[in-house]
Amino acid sequence: MDLLKYFRDSQPPKGSARVAKERLRILVERDRSGRNQNQPSYLPDLEREILAVIQKYVDVDPTDVIVHYEQEESQEILELNIILPEGASETGQVGGVP
Amino acid sequence: MAKIIVITSGKGGVGKTTTAASISMGLAQRGHRTVVIDFDVGLRNLDLIMGCERRVVYDFVHVINGEANLSQALIRDKRCDALYVLPASQTRDKEALTKEGVGKVLETLSQTYDYIVCDSPAGIEHGANMAMYYADDAIVVTNPEVSSVRDSDRMLGILASKSRRAENNEEPIREYLLLTRYVPERVQRGEMLSVEDVQEILSLELLGVIPESQAVLNASNSGIPVILDAESDAGQAYRDVVARYLGEDVPHRFLDTRKKGFLSRLLGS
Ligand SMILES: Nc1ncnc2c1ncn2[C@@H]1O[C@H](COP(=O)(O)OP(=O)(O)OP(=O)(O)O)[C@@H](O)[C@H]1O
Ligand SMILES: [Mg+2]
Repeated sequence: MDLLKYFRDSQPPKGSARVAKERLRILVERDRSGRNQNQPSYLPDLEREILAVIQKYVDVDPTDVIVHYEQEESQEILELNIILPEGASETGQVGGVP
Repeated sequence: MAKIIVITSGKGGVGKTTTAASISMGLAQRGHRTVVIDFDVGLRNLDLIMGCERRVVYDFVHVINGEANLSQALIRDKRCDALYVLPASQTRDKEALTKEGVGKVLETLSQTYDYIVCDSPAGIEHGANMAMYYADDAIVVTNPEVSSVRDSDRMLGILASKSRRAENNEEPIREYLLLTRYVPERVQRGEMLSVEDVQEILSLELLGVIPESQAVLNASNSGIPVILDAESDAGQAYRDVVARYLGEDVPHRFLDTRKKGFLSRLLGS
């Protein structure tokens, strides 16, 4: 195997590209669920209220709470994705069960 | 019946016209009767990139308005008999492109040509919508940069919902990703989104990667589609793209920083 390539690939990703990718992933997910014509009309409100509740306890960014709705043949899926900031669990309040 | 290909992006200045010029030339060089249409009303550029700007008499809007025949407006490429250019008008009225008008022109062209390549204007408004509306295939030109990737994704949403195929509940437009202005060195340093990153986000079939290249500027300076610069990296990359589009299995190149020496190139390693 190519030893140089091995070292290159095993390095943790660095630089702004990693941040770009993460931001894009969130943005695109959001854009896509917004485009979904069939989604229930309460979704934006639901998302806002969930965000407000979470922000009471953790300092999350508005873009870090993603509510995703999908409709398949016979079932509807409501997916809630919350990205906690680094170190969030150590800051007290929601630190979990002692 | 011709296949209609739209070259689109959402974001401006990412390389659509460069791509439309090279892909149409590449298809024509392989013997397919091809016409490339400039949909960028008011900002026409394709004729410049193709090097036929001094031969423009009538344009797309003249044809739509019945002020000229198609045969009067089409410009035959001097380098390749199978290639014709339909220039955009410089009138400011973007609404001049009507759905019916565009549809009629495309239908007439469909009877004579194998491929109709539509060079879309930037944005997601009327002009871009007209360029993609009748498409069978879409080549989404994207730069490895956040706003371009995001806009490409928006364009995918439009292709999937506002095209003729979508409206008629037909098989959806076939979408391909073309990543342009790629700089492997910067990707390696973690400063630029990699081809894998972009593919992962957009989940599109990768048609090719065009490296950032001095040859593109040289080509546009002289009005020669860069694909005709067979020595250049970008020219070769576009050649590969055309082959891949036509179904050939061509490995991706120009993704690595490793500069290949003459010998290793010769040995194909
Ligand atoms: N692979 C490349 N390497 C270097 N420069 C490039 C490359 N592709 C395009 N360019 C340059 O980028 C600029 C924009 O290219 P082009 O006109 O093809 O983009 P466009 O998407 O058609 O723009 P618009 O949205 O305004 O129609 C031009 O100056 C062109 O020379
Ligand atoms: Mg252009």
